Amino acid sequence: MENYMEDKSTPKGGIFTWLITNLSRVLISLVVPIGLFVILWQGFIFLRESRAPQTILVVVAIVWGVGGVAALFWVTNLLVEQLPKEWTRRLQPFIFVGPGIAILAWYLFIPVLRTLILSFQNDISTQWVGFTNYVYAFTDRIMLEAFRNNLLWMIFGTVFSVGVGLLVAVLADRSRYESIFKAMIFLPMAISFVGAGVIWKFVYAYLGTGVSIQEIGVLNAIVVSLGGKAQPWLTVSPWNNFLLIVIMVWLQTGFAMVIISSAIKGIPAELLEAARVDGANEFRVFFSIIIPSIAGTLITVTTTIIIFSLKLFDVVRVMTGGNFGTNVIANEFYLERFTYSQAGRASAIAVVLLIATIPVMIYNLRQFQERKAF
Amino acid sequence: MAARTEGFQQKKRLSSFLVNLTLTIICIVWLVPVIGLLITSFRDSGDIFKTGWWTVFPHREYINTRQIILDPSVNVDGNFQIEGITTNFNDLRNGVTAPNGEKLTWYGNKRTRTIDVAELKWVGFSTNMTIKNYTSVLGGKTVTFKDATGRDVETRGPNLGGAFLNSLAVTIPATIIPILIAAFAAYGFAWLNFPGRKSFFIGVVAMLVVPLQIALVPILQDYTKLQLNGTYLAIWLAHTGFGLPLAIYLLFNYMTSLPREILESAFIDGASNFTIFTRLILPLSVPALASFAIFQFLWVWNDYLVALIFLNPQTQVVTMALASLVGERGQDWHLLTAGAFVSMILPLAVFFMLQRYFVRGMMAGSVKG
Repeated sequence: MENYMEDKSTPKGGIFTWLITNLSRVLISLVVPIGLFVILWQGFIFLRESRAPQTILVVVAIVWGVGGVAALFWVTNLLVEQLPKEWTRRLQPFIFVGPGIAILAWYLFIPVLRTLILSFQNDISTQWVGFTNYVYAFTDRIMLEAFRNNLLWMIFGTVFSVGVGLLVAVLADRSRYESIFKAMIFLPMAISFVGAGVIWKFVYAYLGTGVSIQEIGVLNAIVVSLGGKAQPWLTVSPWNNFLLIVIMVWLQTGFAMVIISSAIKGIPAELLEAARVDGANEFRVFFSIIIPSIAGTLITVTTTIIIFSLKLFDVVRVMTGGNFGTNVIANEFYLERFTYSQAGRASAIAVVLLIATIPVMIYNLRQFQERKAF
Repeated sequence: MAARTEGFQQKKRLSSFLVNLTLTIICIVWLVPVIGLLITSFRDSGDIFKTGWWTVFPHREYINTRQIILDPSVNVDGNFQIEGITTNFNDLRNGVTAPNGEKLTWYGNKRTRTIDVAELKWVGFSTNMTIKNYTSVLGGKTVTFKDATGRDVETRGPNLGGAFLNSLAVTIPATIIPILIAAFAAYGFAWLNFPGRKSFFIGVVAMLVVPLQIALVPILQDYTKLQLNGTYLAIWLAHTGFGLPLAIYLLFNYMTSLPREILESAFIDGASNFTIFTRLILPLSVPALASFAIFQFLWVWNDYLVALIFLNPQTQVVTMALASLVGERGQDWHLLTAGAFVSMILPLAVFFMLQRYFVRGMMAGSVKG
């Protein structure tokens, strides 16, 4: 075991061995992804040309995809284990981590650099245009509107998600029916944004005014029954932004609640008991003991939801398509790339999104370093 | 002392009542939109436009029972007597309640000389429920339905059934493939020694929160070159790539928490890394694998952005099908509600059956970009 954990992977046979070793490592890393790709590609051609019923194609696709990956790992490992012992030891780790690293590099790491390059090029990536795309991203009227809206999402979406989540978590902690209440609030997390969009579009439905028209949307029905006038809510700027934010709050509160709830459960019971015995009322207990004890958790939840609201896309896309003054950055990214074919501008917008997440990335890395996992 | 305890008890009961009341109100607000959707999806398409979905619950409502046609001799410009009350046209336009509880309302303009008589009745017990909305939204068959103006419209229904199958074909491999690759990688990072181990892992942690948007443009370029756009393979690999950082990170955390002695003794017994991994570590890691699997499954199932970019109408998944339904048939609520419910049924089933793992998975995945 001692020998095994020691770093024997640096061979001592000079530059030539070093070169061969690392070359083989790279190759080993690429065997599984490339093999996977080829196997799946063949399967894909088979699927495309066959006229079997959809159900059968789906089953074949699943077996093919999953079985292919497992078989590839198994075969490469078998081959490496045939090598001399020292070579097995040098190469085997890369059978394990290589495919993951290679795929990560192709899908995330290299694309970051490529998008950075694209963001300095024109719409079809043939010419360098300097900072033009960034100037556009920060000065265009529609982009400024998107920034304003994202700010609304970040502030109000986060405050209400965390606020209601905190309220429910604290109250549910004192209820006998805690798990039922929590399950109901958490339920929307299972629903896609597109599905939630339909649900809320129906809540905001507007039929128009006229004799014998009865509003079928809950919101308008309530407004009418209180003596108000039905409105086409989703087209009323800037209030429509808040109606969209409601959807995010509806979806995200469950997340905030569960995390905050588990933090509250972690507060020592004696601490709360002592305060109550000393005559502190519930508000005092809440502000002087509960809030300070879960401050760290609140910060984590808040950051997560802020990042989430920054990248928000589906709700706006489905509900308004970004019209009526509801555009957001992620939707503008989509429009620039896929509707206006402006690859350069879209890349610049994506870089802006990335930059906004960098503080969290640094925080994650610092946390990781502190844990001393290595 | 006894009195004090009693007072305390009362206060406690009151506060627990208030707590439960507040929570019940919040939960009702939370659930009403879903209940409205569910009920509407089972209502007749004609009814949906006439009345709100809440009218399916038993309630009292004025129902027209008969019509009175005024005798030509009655002068409708002034006051006149009808059903034992004296009234005029303007009052009748707004509705007049007769002493026997009936409500009289003038029908249409002044020249119709027709009055609707409505009685307050209990309704909602025998509502017109149907599963036709589901058959028309799933099958892709030609269906007829009544639109908002009451006309019969014949149209080809959207094929959400096919999209549902596509979703399965996309989601299952896009969940299992990253788990497999990530489990191998996590084992490597946790228990094997190789140069660059730490820097590679820092790369993984850094990629955790990277927004997807940053990768979409270059990956689309690659896919266009490889002619992969619109295929299952394209989206499997994309979801694998985007899901890997989180998967590796979670499984690594779990595997390093396993007791080291198990591994050491297995190694002394002469087991190879591959055997240790498949026979020992994988079975022990089932809780972490399950949490991630549920998270990734829901993420891919509910994803719209990645599907929208890499798939085409032939291979579209339920979220895409539903979104295009919203775009094309934005007012056909009988289709939209049924379609939305089809898209939600599987995640909701997972939620109700595997609630504990579900919550854990969602918590673990919250940092994903």
